[in-house]
Amino acid sequence: MPNYRIHKTEYIDETKRVSFKYDGKTYFGYEGDTLASALLANGIHLVGRSFKYHRPRGIVSCGAEEPNAICQIGSKKDLTEPNVRATELELYEGLEASSQNCWPNVKFDIGGINNFISPLIPAGFYYKTFMWPKSFWKKVYEPLIRLSAGLGKSPTEPDPDIYDHKYVHYDVLVIGGGVSGIIAAKMAAKNNFKTLLVDDKKILGGSTIYQNNESIKIDDKLSNEWLKNEIQEIKKLSNLTIKTRTSIAAYHGYNFLLAKENLTDHLPEEKKKNKIRQRLWKIRAKKVIIATGSIERPLVFNNNDRPGILLSNSINKYLDYYGVTCGENIILFTNNDSAYETSISLHKKGIKNIIVDLRKSASSELIKQAESLGIKIYFNHVVTNTFGYRKINSLEIMKLSEDGNTTVGNKIRLSCDCLGMSGGWTPMVHMHTQSGGKLDFRDEDQVFLPKENSEDQISVGSCNGDFDLENIIDKTVNKINKFLDIDNQDYRDTNIICSKENDKRNIWLLPNKIPLGKTKCFIDFQNDSTAKDIKLALKEGFRSIEHVKRYTTTGMATDQGKLSNMHALGIIADTAGVKMGTLGTTTFRPPFTPLTFGTLVGRNVGKFFEVVRKTSMHEWHVENNAEFENVGQWKRPWYYAKNGENMHDAVQRESKAARDSAGILDASTLGKIDIQGTDASEFLNRVYTNAWSKLAIGKCRYGLMLNEDGMVYDDGVTTRISENHYLMTTTTGGAANVLSKLEDYLQTEWPELDVYLTSVTDHYSTASICGPNSKKILKKLFPNLDLSDENFPHMSFKEDKLENINCRIMRISFTGELSYEINIESKYGNSLWKMCIEAGKEFNLTPYGTETMHLLRAEKGFIIVGQDTDGTMTPSDLQMDWIVSKKKYDFIGKRSLYRSDTIREDRKQLVGLLTDDPKEILEEGAQIVSDIKSKPIDMLGHITSSYFSPNLNKSIALAVVRSGKTMKGQKLIIPMENKNINVTVSDTIFLDKENKRLNA
Amino acid sequence: MFLINCPFCGERDQSEFSSGGEAHIVRPKQPTELSDDEWAEYLFMRKNIKGIQFERWNHVHGCRKWFNVVRDTSNDKILSVYKMGEKPPVNYK
Ligand SMILES: [Zn+2]
Repeated sequence: MPNYRIHKTEYIDETKRVSFKYDGKTYFGYEGDTLASALLANGIHLVGRSFKYHRPRGIVSCGAEEPNAICQIGSKKDLTEPNVRATELELYEGLEASSQNCWPNVKFDIGGINNFISPLIPAGFYYKTFMWPKSFWKKVYEPLIRLSAGLGKSPTEPDPDIYDHKYVHYDVLVIGGGVSGIIAAKMAAKNNFKTLLVDDKKILGGSTIYQNNESIKIDDKLSNEWLKNEIQEIKKLSNLTIKTRTSIAAYHGYNFLLAKENLTDHLPEEKKKNKIRQRLWKIRAKKVIIATGSIERPLVFNNNDRPGILLSNSINKYLDYYGVTCGENIILFTNNDSAYETSISLHKKGIKNIIVDLRKSASSELIKQAESLGIKIYFNHVVTNTFGYRKINSLEIMKLSEDGNTTVGNKIRLSCDCLGMSGGWTPMVHMHTQSGGKLDFRDEDQVFLPKENSEDQISVGSCNGDFDLENIIDKTVNKINKFLDIDNQDYRDTNIICSKENDKRNIWLLPNKIPLGKTKCFIDFQNDSTAKDIKLALKEGFRSIEHVKRYTTTGMATDQGKLSNMHALGIIADTAGVKMGTLGTTTFRPPFTPLTFGTLVGRNVGKFFEVVRKTSMHEWHVENNAEFENVGQWKRPWYYAKNGENMHDAVQRESKAARDSAGILDASTLGKIDIQGTDASEFLNRVYTNAWSKLAIGKCRYGLMLNEDGMVYDDGVTTRISENHYLMTTTTGGAANVLSKLEDYLQTEWPELDVYLTSVTDHYSTASICGPNSKKILKKLFPNLDLSDENFPHMSFKEDKLENINCRIMRISFTGELSYEINIESKYGNSLWKMCIEAGKEFNLTPYGTETMHLLRAEKGFIIVGQDTDGTMTPSDLQMDWIVSKKKYDFIGKRSLYRSDTIREDRKQLVGLLTDDPKEILEEGAQIVSDIKSKPIDMLGHITSSYFSPNLNKSIALAVVRSGKTMKGQKLIIPMENKNINVTVSDTIFLDKENKRLNA
Repeated sequence: MFLINCPFCGERDQSEFSSGGEAHIVRPKQPTELSDDEWAEYLFMRKNIKGIQFERWNHVHGCRKWFNVVRDTSNDKILSVYKMGEKPPVNYK
């Protein structure tokens, strides 16, 4: 097996050998490796196939910007993870990884055929091609695309890992632990700022930590040695917290940031168990210092995507940090000085290399150093083509013309097994722009830079466009002193020597004799978009960068275009003939690197997913086989399945019992608002449509509440407990919103009213007993209470004691039966319920759930706000004109009731529907039409409630129908998938129109 | 995520608040006297300014009090906070 690990480094522990599997084959690496460095040490460059053309692709980078080395980790159904960057994944014993986006395997790939038909796959291909015929999409295109271009597989079972959230507050947050971040953190912490330093890597130090060039020195030490000392020093600072393996995912307003800390991803399987995998940090910092560094740019030339072609600085890191060389015969292709550092490092380790430089000449210390070492440099040359299918084996270079627009002279063919490219550096301005910061453009080296405009956020180091070490350190120190308003002298005498880059030449799309249409100059490696695609998009009329991006899919893959955005912009600017800075950039959206759903959700999974509210009677319901329904956060009994009944049977039994003898409902979840104050009556007058001033003490009244737009908002019964004291009930789901709305009016529109609102929903439990025998049950429970119709009529209220505990009893009905609601302090709710059940035994008192409640009220034609209404129904639409006071001068929504739209006669209105076949039950939500033959069919409305009534022995439904009020007796049709159901419009009240049962 | 300085409780996270839209839209005292257009003006029309906007917020998961906020919607900076009934600060017009 080849071994490309050619020397020892302090970051690789060669005493700890680690075995791992890649595409099913076992390899070895060492502790300290990433999956990428271990693969390269084994001579493996080819790691996947490209998305569209299925071209072989290799490792390109050593960090978060990696577009190609994207892996699927593990194979377990619950733990497998797609889209993991091999360049960031730390190697551990037993790691199983496989390449993504290739089928059947990386070396033989059926999709590779796309490469040969690529002239047929231009920009916008998917939009243009997979359009017709429609049936082809489902049957042919989609399965093919899914099979051959899968972007990894999602786990199919719940994630067993534990995730955590943590809130923290700091004076100063420093993002990035490179040289500038370390200096900034030290200055802040030493000047009494409580400071947090985060870095996404395992160790601090950024790219300076492996920088060992003789022409770059700080205080007479190599820059990496100097930085190691600094790191030792900051580790001793007491008010500095350092978090490594922690990356900022999002930078929101007001310095609120989200960071993901990786806790176990680098550990072997058995050590991961029962530990928190990732923690989401929610950080509030008074000040934020961004030191996120920069990313090296690729160069755009023909066939720039072959395995073995990497970023130049990544070759340097693999060599000096991991001890791995990416080849034995390397060519570096550059337009700037940084590739020379790589070249010199390679040379020192005995790796043969030559340099191809776009620039006509260059004269810095680094270049002199390379020249003195005898490294061959081709100035003013450009790579025009590369060769080698699974890995690069040679390339062609040509001389550049004076203006750089074309090539001149003869091709020179050079053999190689690796190509390093460096197109300059792109400052990582993501954090700055996410926080709302704007950008400036610097023409000299074509970079976007943070525009400083904030007192609480600053960028330092190379993310601020300062690239050489002297510049970085001097500027960082000055800026931090100013930013934090301190006078730190730690670096006053620091002596920095470094090579200064004097010469620049940037060409976004490198010239070639071959017509662009026949080249493959890749810009976005992950989404396979080329320079040709960008030009085509411009030709087809796209101008905005945001549009070109979407049309060509440049920058839209999981790497979010970290390597490609600048080139796309540059080529657009060149083609359109405008200055680059004027185009703006695409939006840098969070997260910076992908986040797992687990991290976002944290502990809020399973039973902690949402708050659950249970009534005091909940245990009894559970013991008595209740099936529960979620109503808001409440768990409400839906129905009680007796002796293995199904839902239909249970509901039929419960409904019948409630009308024949007695039923009991847990009504504790209804919203309850306690209203007190000398203006309470006036307040109710203003919020309900009907009149309240004359409601006698001890009486109850049903009220309908509108929005200011006249639409029904909520309903419920309110009881006058004393002169200035009311108890309002609301729908279960609307309770919180109603309270908010009432508070709004009270505080902002009518502050002169003396009214106080208190939510008492949780304070009282409510048992609602209905049916012809309910009075007899009440008599047993409250023997001293006069239950006669004279003393305690319908819609009135009494107080009494149940074994010395106060109860509020309302005689109100939502079923149309004689009915009592007993309210008691919540802690006695369960006892109350059990006493009711006990007292009701001889009368077959039957507990019923929400489904039966809905059925019983539908028989009586009572609406449910939110089921029969949807925010577009006025009282009149509901045929409830009787509840709208004509006398009251004003109430919420009154004026809207006679707007031109609300008085239209052809609004959708609530009606009853009876099926011609009484056994046929309609489907809620089904459409209603009158003429099945017209096309398009005219939709008249839809069904809002539908049940089979055991008491009427027929199917009943409520519906909203256009002009429904005038349609009584008319035939309508409900078209279903395989039949049409004939119905007749009826009254909304199906049972006991005369209200005889209320006083039975 | 904003930090909002509730005039009753102090600085709290945005998640404790709910927004109530544009401030200083007074409910007409005599709605029945208004034409459809005048009523629609009150009911539906909002300025939705890019720049300095006066808006209502409710400390819904806190003291439940409504109050007014001056916010620059172009950068989300909250410039001033004042109680209901108080006059809006004049230096932001
Ligand atoms: Zn408050």
